[in-house]
This record gives sequence, structure tokens and C-alpha cells, in this order.
Amino acid sequence: MVEWTDSERAIINSIFSNLDYEEIGRKSLCRCLIVYPWTQRYFGAFGNLYNAETIMANPLIAAHGTKILHGLDRALKNMDDIKNTYAELSLLHSDKLHVDPDNFRLLADCLTVVIAAKMGTAFTVETQVAWQKFLSVVVSALGRQYH
Amino acid sequence: MSLSAKQKATVKDFFGKMSTRSDDIGAEALSRLVAVYPQTKSYFAHWKSASPGSAPVRKHGITIMGGVYDAVGKIDDLKAGLLSLSELHAFMLRVDPVNFKLLAHCMLVCMSMVFPEEFTPQVHVAVDKFLAQLALALCEKYR
Repeated sequence: MVEWTDSERAIINSIFSNLDYEEIGRKSLCRCLIVYPWTQRYFGAFGNLYNAETIMANPLIAAHGTKILHGLDRALKNMDDIKNTYAELSLLHSDKLHVDPDNFRLLADCLTVVIAAKMGTAFTVETQVAWQKFLSVVVSALGRQYH
Repeated sequence: MSLSAKQKATVKDFFGKMSTRSDDIGAEALSRLVAVYPQTKSYFAHWKSASPGSAPVRKHGITIMGGVYDAVGKIDDLKAGLLSLSELHAFMLRVDPVNFKLLAHCMLVCMSMVFPEEFTPQVHVAVDKFLAQLALALCEKYR
């Protein structure tokens, strides 16, 4: 089980309570598709992903980014048992979506970059440590049920 | 995954913009590396302190960023340009190559914090590719 200090819980909760899900979700997914173009393989049905401009203007991608970010809410509400909270989602990504789990890490890195841009100096070292710890637990849980 | 001519121009342009803040970004990036990935402190056991924000860490972050800027100038042939640095890393420092990726990520985070408008996805991919190429050039002499 992952141990969280009070400070870490406070930091994670604070980030989420100030989060613009639409903006950050859209920006993070777009950035992932642009910086790591092979991730586009999962978005064949999402319309025009021809270049960075069309990706950033694509409403289906924007909506999906928001959806993914809201998926993190469950981890936030169940920080003491993220592994089991995401068991079903992990199976979904493995058996139905066939997503290479390394992509979770890529998206997490892009999310970190976008949040850093939004928060500026407020994204302190302590904040980054807590945030990346949270994301690495999520990423690990999402990959756990692959078989 | 080599850089296109356009991406090389993007890298040079962004690093130009960044130059007034490059020391800060270098110092911050190394601080964040040892904080977020504590295992990286293993390379700095000989320092008085390897904690984030400490003087030796900040100083070394500046040194590393200086090396990165030097590499920007050699972007057309990183392998040749970084030969002696590669020998240093291969035979003396022996830094596990996985750590180059971790430091690159911390640099990208700092760039994003300091230049939220300029660090667009297009700039991000160009800089990420450049840092990856840099790491490859540093690994050239490893084995």
C-alpha cells in the first residue's frame, strides 16, 4: 500500500480543486499526440489528426482529454487504494482498448508539463514530487492487470 | 528520430529566448531530478549535500545547462561535437543512460514553467528530440 503524508494529500487535493478539466485535459492529450505521435494509433476514429494545428482544433480529442482527466478523480477519492480502484479500468485498457501501458507514462509526463505551465512558480519542487508520485501510482495501477 | 531542419531552427530559436533564464532553469532542473528521482543522488554521494536547492546541486545544474547550450551550437553533428564529453561520461562518470531521460523530463518541466506561452507542443517535441539526440551522443562511447 502506498503511504501518503498529510502534505502530499494536501498538495494533490489542491491541484485538483483548482483544475480546469477541459483546458488541462485537452492540452495534455493534444501534447501527447504531438510529442509522441505513435500514440495516435489509438485514435483512428477521432477524425483529423494530420498535424499539430488540426490536433489542437479537434473537438473529439478535446472531449476525450477531459474524460481522461476526470478518470483521475477516482484515484483522488481513493488515494489509499488506487491499485484496486483501477483494477477494472486496467483490464479495460488491456483487453478492450489494447493500449501499450508505456503510453500511460507518456501521457502522465505531458500532463505534468501542462500543469507546470499553468502553475508556474507555484509548481514547486515539493509539488512536483507529490504530483509525480501520484501519477506514478496511477500509471502503475493502470498497467497492473495486463496479462 | 533525427531532427528536421525546421526542428533544429525551433530548438535554436527557443534556446535563444531561454538564454537569460538558462542558469535558473539548469539549477532548478537538477534540483527537481534529485527530488523526484532520489536514486539519482547516488551519483553525488561525494558532495557535501545532494539535496534539492543546495549549492552544489544548483552549481552543477548550471554546468550541465552550459553543456546543453554548447550542444545546441553543435546540433548538426552532435556525435562528433560531443566526443570528449561522451568519453567523460563513458569512462569516468559512468552515468546510467536512463538518467538522461529523467533529467530531460525535469528540464522540459522547468522550461514549461518559465515559458508557458513559448513552450508550445511543437517546441516541446523539437526540444525533447534534441535532448534525446544529445543523450545518444553522450552514450556513444559507452560500449
